[in-house]
Amino acid sequence: YLHCFGRDERRVDSRTIYVGHRPCPATDTFIPPKFCDNRIVSSKYTVWNFLPKNLFEQFRRIANFYFLIIFLVQVIVDTPTSPVTSGLPLFFVITVTAIKQGYEDWLRHKADNEVNKYLVTVLEDGRRARKESEKIKVGDVVEVVEDETFPCDLILLQSSREDETCFVTTASLDGESNHKTHYTVPDTEKGLESLSATVECEQPQPDLYKFVTFFSLCVVSLRSLGPENLLLKGATLKNTQKIYGVAVYSGMETKMALNYQGKSQKRSVVEKSINAFLLVYLCILVSKALVCTTLKYVWQSQPGQEEPWYNQKTQKEKDANLYLNMFTDFLSFMVLFNFIIPVSMYVTVEMQKFLGSFFISWDKDFFDPEIQEGALVNTSDLNEELGQVEYVFTDKTGTLTQNSMEFIECCIDGFQYKNRDSSTELDGFCVTDGPVSMLQQKAGREELFLRALCLCHTVQVKEGFIASSPDEVALVKGAMKYGFTFLGMESKNMRVMNRDKDVETYELLHVLNFDPVRRRMSVIVRSKCGDIMLFCKGADSSIFPRVRQEEVDRISMHVERNATEGYRTLCVAYKLLSSEEYAQADAGLREARLALDDREEKLMAVYNQVETGMSLIGATAVEDRLQEEAAETMEALQRAGMKVWSTCYACRLFQRGTELLELTVRTLEDGGRRREERLHEVLLDYHKRAVQDPPPVKTRVTRSWTSAKQDYGFIIDGATLSLVFNSSPDSSHYKSLFLQICQNCTTVLCCRMAPLQKAQIVNMVKNSKGSPITLSIGDGANDVSMILEAHIGIGIKGKEGRQAVRNSDYAIPKLKHLKKLLLGHGHLYYVRIAHLVQYFFYKNLCFILPQFLYQFFCGSSQQPLYDAAYLTMYNICFTSMPILAYSLLEQHICMEVLMSNATLYRDVAKNAMLRWSPFLYWTLLGVYQGLLFFFGVRFLFSNPALQDNGQVFGNWSYGTIVFTVLVFTVTLKLAMDTRHWTWINHFVIWGSLAFYMFFSFFWGGIIWPFLRQQRLYFVFANMLRSVSAWLVIILLILLSLLPEILLLVLRKPRWPHSRQVRYTHI
Amino acid sequence: MMKEELETTNRPDNTAFTQQRLPAWQPMLSAGIVIPGFVLIGLAFIGIGVALFITSQNITVLEKDYTGVETTSDCYKCSNPSDKNCTCKLEFSLSTLFEGPVFFYYGLSNYFQSQRSYGASKDEYQLSGDLDYFKTPISACSPYQYDANQNPIVPCGSLANSMFNDTFKLYQIVNGTKKLVPFDGKGIAWWTDYNIKYRNPSVTPLKNAFNGTVKPSFWSKPAYELDTSDPSNNGFVNQDFLVWMRRAALPDFRKLYRRITEGDYARGLPAGNYSLEIAYNYPVLSFGGRKKVVFSNVSWMGGKNQFLGIAYLVVGSLCVVMSMVMLIVYAKFKFPEDD
Repeated sequence: YLHCFGRDERRVDSRTIYVGHRPCPATDTFIPPKFCDNRIVSSKYTVWNFLPKNLFEQFRRIANFYFLIIFLVQVIVDTPTSPVTSGLPLFFVITVTAIKQGYEDWLRHKADNEVNKYLVTVLEDGRRARKESEKIKVGDVVEVVEDETFPCDLILLQSSREDETCFVTTASLDGESNHKTHYTVPDTEKGLESLSATVECEQPQPDLYKFVTFFSLCVVSLRSLGPENLLLKGATLKNTQKIYGVAVYSGMETKMALNYQGKSQKRSVVEKSINAFLLVYLCILVSKALVCTTLKYVWQSQPGQEEPWYNQKTQKEKDANLYLNMFTDFLSFMVLFNFIIPVSMYVTVEMQKFLGSFFISWDKDFFDPEIQEGALVNTSDLNEELGQVEYVFTDKTGTLTQNSMEFIECCIDGFQYKNRDSSTELDGFCVTDGPVSMLQQKAGREELFLRALCLCHTVQVKEGFIASSPDEVALVKGAMKYGFTFLGMESKNMRVMNRDKDVETYELLHVLNFDPVRRRMSVIVRSKCGDIMLFCKGADSSIFPRVRQEEVDRISMHVERNATEGYRTLCVAYKLLSSEEYAQADAGLREARLALDDREEKLMAVYNQVETGMSLIGATAVEDRLQEEAAETMEALQRAGMKVWSTCYACRLFQRGTELLELTVRTLEDGGRRREERLHEVLLDYHKRAVQDPPPVKTRVTRSWTSAKQDYGFIIDGATLSLVFNSSPDSSHYKSLFLQICQNCTTVLCCRMAPLQKAQIVNMVKNSKGSPITLSIGDGANDVSMILEAHIGIGIKGKEGRQAVRNSDYAIPKLKHLKKLLLGHGHLYYVRIAHLVQYFFYKNLCFILPQFLYQFFCGSSQQPLYDAAYLTMYNICFTSMPILAYSLLEQHICMEVLMSNATLYRDVAKNAMLRWSPFLYWTLLGVYQGLLFFFGVRFLFSNPALQDNGQVFGNWSYGTIVFTVLVFTVTLKLAMDTRHWTWINHFVIWGSLAFYMFFSFFWGGIIWPFLRQQRLYFVFANMLRSVSAWLVIILLILLSLLPEILLLVLRKPRWPHSRQVRYTHI
Repeated sequence: MMKEELETTNRPDNTAFTQQRLPAWQPMLSAGIVIPGFVLIGLAFIGIGVALFITSQNITVLEKDYTGVETTSDCYKCSNPSDKNCTCKLEFSLSTLFEGPVFFYYGLSNYFQSQRSYGASKDEYQLSGDLDYFKTPISACSPYQYDANQNPIVPCGSLANSMFNDTFKLYQIVNGTKKLVPFDGKGIAWWTDYNIKYRNPSVTPLKNAFNGTVKPSFWSKPAYELDTSDPSNNGFVNQDFLVWMRRAALPDFRKLYRRITEGDYARGLPAGNYSLEIAYNYPVLSFGGRKKVVFSNVSWMGGKNQFLGIAYLVVGSLCVVMSMVMLIVYAKFKFPEDD
């Protein structure tokens, strides 16, 4: 029973695959299982669903939906303004957006097709057939040749290499460009055509490093397979002519596809703020309409006001239902006041973003002469978000570092050897600080050390050195500089050319592979004279316990100093094996390699047993050089208040005195207990140190970079992170502990992360309290999910392909450009757009408020205060250009100052200019001015005889005076806010006012044949003939700007004036 | 060669505009500019304010309500709307000369000429003399588009229909005899309204143009008989009609009725007793309205309005006071940016 139950359970969360679709002879029924095909779909629309789906998506935006409703109301109900006023701009916005999104999706279709139509070779009943990649089915046996990428997840069945292995690189998956060794399933190499076997593997899951499978050759017994047998889609075959594998996961179920996250549309915080403000204004709008409707019916209920004899209703109006009337009245008021939320704001914002993004791609500071390219802007929606970044997630390889290792120095028996100059290698080497008497002995040790460097690695020679990690190449090259050149392998012999240009050969007996837990690797070689030697290199912590203490004492000081300098240090040890010892080790290793169960553990035990009692020769220091100005850039970002999280280990990120908290597999292994328990303990301990103990004074107030507070750095690796995320039911507890620790550290390093894990970290921070703005920067395909997950994704146009660039929002050639992008452009864009948004709401509030107030003086009859032309043109022509010019050109602080004073970035942090208090200020300003405009003119009109000929002004004169004051006030208000007057600003500000005057003359100067009502005929000209009108206009403009002028004068200039700063630089 | 070409195509243009380095003026409002500026503006405003205030003070205004709500009023007898062709008298005396030229206004209150449906209820094509619209006035004129017999109403619409139709005659009582004060009905409407915007159809006699149409129901005579004595003041260009058609902005308004510019009264109304004879036709009590007459002279700033003068004085002194405050603030903080 138990057995059956177990099998049942396994069937539910596993899938059974028949290799080559051949059923087992033993099983009586063969039901071909159904799996998804091998198509990758990243596009959003098809030709058919584009229009409805895109329209649906667009009208899900609150603003678009609102304008649609207003438009429909205008079409249906008798309203004071024409439907064209809101229909046309809406149509324009929708069309432009649809075209843009359609184009983007077309590009995605193209990219998908490229992948899906790729031709691959499949073995079908013993014949090789060419097939499109999308037609691969699970169970197919696929052939892949060298340098091809795997079209789906495969289990390796057969390799052209003798040792039944193949090499792959997973650069596009997890960014590790080294060559990884994968193994074939044993005993299958014969007769692929007739092989019938089943694979029972788990259901698809995104973890790249986890794979549990049972492979059964129908008759023969079960074999368990692991990740070392699985070839992932997206990885590339290297150094192997061809392989055969059986497809186990296809299409969207491959681990790569599961790690890929769909590109969702990113919205900036500003847009969220706009939506919040929009809601407020919507409430204002609705309450205005409600107040007016109520007033209308209250007022009408007074005797004689319902239908005075001079304004009788038509029969239709009399017959209409009261409640229906109320409702249509309400809608009419909505339409009358709807200008308070103008479509033009959305048009202007879109235009600002679109045009503004050109300044990024035009910036010559972003131009990199090496790759002949500048910055690239993929999304213009996020310009302002660049000024709001709080967390920066950066990838290591290729982003922070150049991923080219360089041998810096070594230390042999406590003597330091610096690589002075490669041209004088011998001299440089011999001049040491060692005593002369020991020279003879020293030379022997030196040569031993260099031989160790030449032998203890897995480097292959093939048009240069190829190795699983660039460190190894650096070491081999380092040895070469000192005269020992590794020439390559010849069958099982390693050939080394020594200083005397003689070739020494060593027989390679065993390689004890590197793994992250042991943190060391060894080789066992036999020299020509028959000595069997073991060379071992590894991290200091893993070597020191295995050598004699006095040797450690001589070297540890150098190692520590190098480590604090930011170099990668490795220690090198060796031991001579007697033939008995070797025989024992050899037997142990062979046995462990062939073990079917717990192979890893058994191998590890043998390794540990062999690697003991060694003698320490020396240590090396290798530098992974940081990108140019990487450290300066990161420091500037940190000064600007951003927290930098990195997926790497680059020591210069840590300031001296930063205490490191490490949470990796290594720290968890130390205790020898279960990982989970240990994790809990360590987490609590770190939490106590980083969060609770030092009172975490937020240094925001002092704004000083060097605070007395202890800085913490935190290191975590991928395996541990997955423990934190999915360990036990109380993982949420771990997660919050982890998050709190991280947030209290200035720098967090995450090593060995799967793409999805990177995204998980970003996601965790993104959704933490206060939802901070995150930025991810990376250069490889493995960073794509992180780039997509963060609020802003930045791609580096590096060497690792264009994947990251394609999926990013912005792409820059070098890491150092991030500084100007954020501190310069980001800051300015944020200030510009925030001002744009606030100004738009403000100018429409004081535009519509008089119209609302007028309802109290016209019997709440929806009489517009302004002429229809003014209503339509206000946002389109009279006041749109100055704010657009402002939002493109304004530099309240000039770029150089922003760059040199990184702390200025904190002034706009946390959406400072779009929070409720500034919004309230602008709103109050709008209300104040609106009230002033209306009542100022109202008091003037208590005697409408305003001309010296005694003639009176009517309602259109009233509206025109208010409108003139309005246009001048809002334009001058913007002029006062402009700190950076280019000729364009001058042109549009004074040009707008001139255009208003010109237009008004023109509009009122002609009897327009197509108009039914010539209501503005000569109203403007007559207004200008009245001295009182002039005087009231001047008075009201001055009075409404007075508070602003006062604030401007009394407020101290917050930033040093740009010109002054320039002088101080000189 | 190839490389150079690449460079020129990919390298961003190094212009002031693309690099955001356009030469720019960066205004700094320093105390040295602002304080004198404020003082100057303040003084100017005070000056204008004083001028406005004095001008406004010198304007004489005489306002008389003649709705006839109070029983003591002579017009009380006419306040019953069923009473047609009622005339009443309003008597007043002037102790000094009412300086001329004197403008004579009528005023209505609680009267919403600014209502949307009311204002829209007219046909401008009709009023510009387009005969097509005499036959078929636009529907906005409803319920004054067609009469009960489906005859088109010209001029159509509520606005025209409700034209003010009280008429006034002013007499000076000189030694017990009534001496008519001559009224000037020209130049009370906007020049452009009279000469361009409103046009009679070019048909003579004007009456023929109105064949097949009916007068507005409230009117006692058709449009072509508004002023039979003067063809240039008849029909749609009748100045009383034009004044009425220019809608008032607020529910309490006044409109110019006549000017007193002629004869013995060109210099103004001399001291003495006057009697205003009113043909009381226009009903306002049904909607709680009031009617009044206003005699006023005007200055360069128009009619009497204290608001502007006072506002200028207040803002002007505010500017001066603020400049003082600023001076103190800056003296204390030692002009931080003026070095």
